[in-house]
Amino acid sequence: MEAKPIPDRFLRLHPNVKALLRDVPVLAFDRFRDTFLSQVASGARVSAYFASPRGDGSARLLAVLSQPLSATLAVFAADVGGSYPALTPDCPKAHWFEREIAEQWGVIPLGHPWLKPVRFHASYAPNRDAWQRRPGDPIRPADWDFFRAQGEDVHEVAVGPVHAGVIEPGHFRFQCHGENVLHLEISLGYQHRGVERALIGGPDARSIHCAETLAGDTTIGHAIAYSMAMEALAGIRVPAKAQILRGIMLELERLANHTGDLGALAGDVGFLPTLSYCGRLRGDFLNMTAALCGSRFGRGMVRPGTVRFDADRQRIQRLTEHLDQTMHDVRAAVSLLWDTPSVMARFEHTGALHREAAAALGLVGVAARACGLEQDVRTDFPFGVYRFAHVPVSTWDTGDVFARAWVRWMEIQRSYEFIWDNLMALPDDPLPPLPPEAEMEPDSIVVSLTEGWRGEICHVVLTDPAGRFAHYKVVDPSFHNWFGLAVALRNQQISDFPLCNKSFNLSYCGHDL
Amino acid sequence: MIPVTTQMALLRLAAAFVLAPLLFGVINRTQALFAGRKGPPLLQMYFDIAKLMRKGTVISRTTTWVFRLGPIVGLSCVATGCLLVPFAGLPAPISFPGDFVVLVALLALMRFFTVSAALDTGSSFEGMGASREVQFSALAEPALLVSFAVLARQTSALSLSEMFGQVSVIFWQQAAPSFILVLAALFIVFLAENARIPFDDPNTHLELTMVHEVMVLDHGGPDLGFILYGSALKMWILGALIVNIVIPIHEISVWPDIFLFIVGMLLLAVAVGVVESVMARLRLLHVPQLLVGAVGLAILALMLMLGA
Repeated sequence: MEAKPIPDRFLRLHPNVKALLRDVPVLAFDRFRDTFLSQVASGARVSAYFASPRGDGSARLLAVLSQPLSATLAVFAADVGGSYPALTPDCPKAHWFEREIAEQWGVIPLGHPWLKPVRFHASYAPNRDAWQRRPGDPIRPADWDFFRAQGEDVHEVAVGPVHAGVIEPGHFRFQCHGENVLHLEISLGYQHRGVERALIGGPDARSIHCAETLAGDTTIGHAIAYSMAMEALAGIRVPAKAQILRGIMLELERLANHTGDLGALAGDVGFLPTLSYCGRLRGDFLNMTAALCGSRFGRGMVRPGTVRFDADRQRIQRLTEHLDQTMHDVRAAVSLLWDTPSVMARFEHTGALHREAAAALGLVGVAARACGLEQDVRTDFPFGVYRFAHVPVSTWDTGDVFARAWVRWMEIQRSYEFIWDNLMALPDDPLPPLPPEAEMEPDSIVVSLTEGWRGEICHVVLTDPAGRFAHYKVVDPSFHNWFGLAVALRNQQISDFPLCNKSFNLSYCGHDL
Repeated sequence: MIPVTTQMALLRLAAAFVLAPLLFGVINRTQALFAGRKGPPLLQMYFDIAKLMRKGTVISRTTTWVFRLGPIVGLSCVATGCLLVPFAGLPAPISFPGDFVVLVALLALMRFFTVSAALDTGSSFEGMGASREVQFSALAEPALLVSFAVLARQTSALSLSEMFGQVSVIFWQQAAPSFILVLAALFIVFLAENARIPFDDPNTHLELTMVHEVMVLDHGGPDLGFILYGSALKMWILGALIVNIVIPIHEISVWPDIFLFIVGMLLLAVAVGVVESVMARLRLLHVPQLLVGAVGLAILALMLMLGA
């Protein structure tokens, strides 16, 4: 006789909508595991999966799975003691999350295939450490065993944390056979600042600045995610004009970074014209951002409930002209790439990642779309102005450096059209004054999702009985994608690593938090 | 009293020693022009070398005297090589039958010591660079030697000075196809040996992709100055081989000849700048294919010549 399948149990939650914490079902671990795996099998992605401490020394696992088909989130929890059977062997998506859980709260996912710290900091839970390190023991990033290949002609190459270029620190360990990469292991954590811990007890005057600097190049993306969580918790309605301006800022951020990336990709293959032009054009987009809010990276623009700078007709007029002019130049500079055979020869078939692998690893953003996965928070879980202004999802199916470059180029064009349309649609009347500060809902949970230029940004906020932050979880797109880069490098030439790395262009500080 | 020809030879030698770093300035300016930038000053390489010569050196404790020897032997090799190569048609200060083999050997010796110095550091980066350099040069060297064989056959001469002294318009008329093939082979060797795009990217900061640049990462101060100046002289030598063939007119008189030759060298630098601006680097895996192609071109030229 066949056993009747037990239906999954979880709280169905919409992004950017609050719910009471007590409505999140706390399951027995077996049920938690079954629900997790069956949801993932039915197409859900892991947006967040973390532990928060409970008073009695146990930890509560909380899973936030996003189900694009129904545009909802499945939220459920389980209480575990010092250890629990790891999900990673059955669900590779959980790999990095479970390492993070072990590192932060000393809860050991038993049977995890490669249990190492991800950021190299001391455990948050007093007297509990997944690796039995004593308090006060020095913890140094990358100071750990690395996966090693052995055999004749196998050699190891260590790169970083200090790099030759002006980039962030990270350590890369290659196992090579001649010029061929057998395996790449990436060790991060040098940029760990403890932002999530610093946010606890908020919101205060500092919180928004923490959010804006989670990843410096994604200021707008993270600031919107933070603000949407605040607005949901305090029940604030954002005026339409502010929503449109946020959308414009977010797309300007995308334009600047994508353009810079295409230039950097050209630079990595030694193709100088596009490198030089795109470097300048990225600056043009940053200047447009500055024209709207005074900061080239959009700092100080997005605030809970509003945006801080209005845009009048004259400013919009100037912006449109500048945008058209810049876009004309971008078109010329970028089409040089596609028209140069020697560039295409380098881009095509380099660092290719299969669609199945990308889906199994849970990649997000440009890297996922370049593998043919149609996922984009702006379409799947529309927020703000994207509920009214649709941005088509740009995908390509080859999964190589070319695909990641081409998807960027398609998105540049879509973002340009979006900004143009929305600048035209911007209401003339000035922004309404900010409503008085509202109380935050106590004992609640809210999950906010935005599509930053790298991909899905997820903020999960849990409030305490006083309505303050009890737990703040940030999942930057880089957190999902770093392992994808490592897998894309397998059986590639080690000399192609910088090119592959640039095509992902992941954030170190966004990962390290 | 030094004979006039030797005086002139020494004068042109001095020109080589003085003008060689200018080539880099011209290349960079050409690239900048294509990229819509202003570019560094034409004399930047001179400033760099002068700056490095005044600096101190930091030497890794893991290295030995082999590391110190690399830049010194390297510069001596190319400086000696300059004595063998005729510029602007007139004979070189030193000339004897078979000196072209010595020239190739000097370049190989330079490479041997550069590679040894790189391996001496024990760094995995420099090891990879050394491995690549040796692999590529093993393919570039035959192309250079076969090209010399073509010239030797055509001119029935065995010294560089005689070979290039005899290359004239008449020879071009007689064996243009062979000469064009040889020129193509030499230009490929020129780009590969001087670590230019599409073989190597002299401007990159990415250690994992470098060939030549990564081998000298640990050198600094005067040592690096020697290396930079050495690479300028190497570019001048290999460039002179090409320009001597392309501009075979050396019967006008000495000064116009020298002028034409220098203009030719600068145009060659412009050509390199153009190549670097219009194409990307080859995937490292494909570099040997292009070099084997250069060997093929040179052999084809030789076969045409033998058949004629």
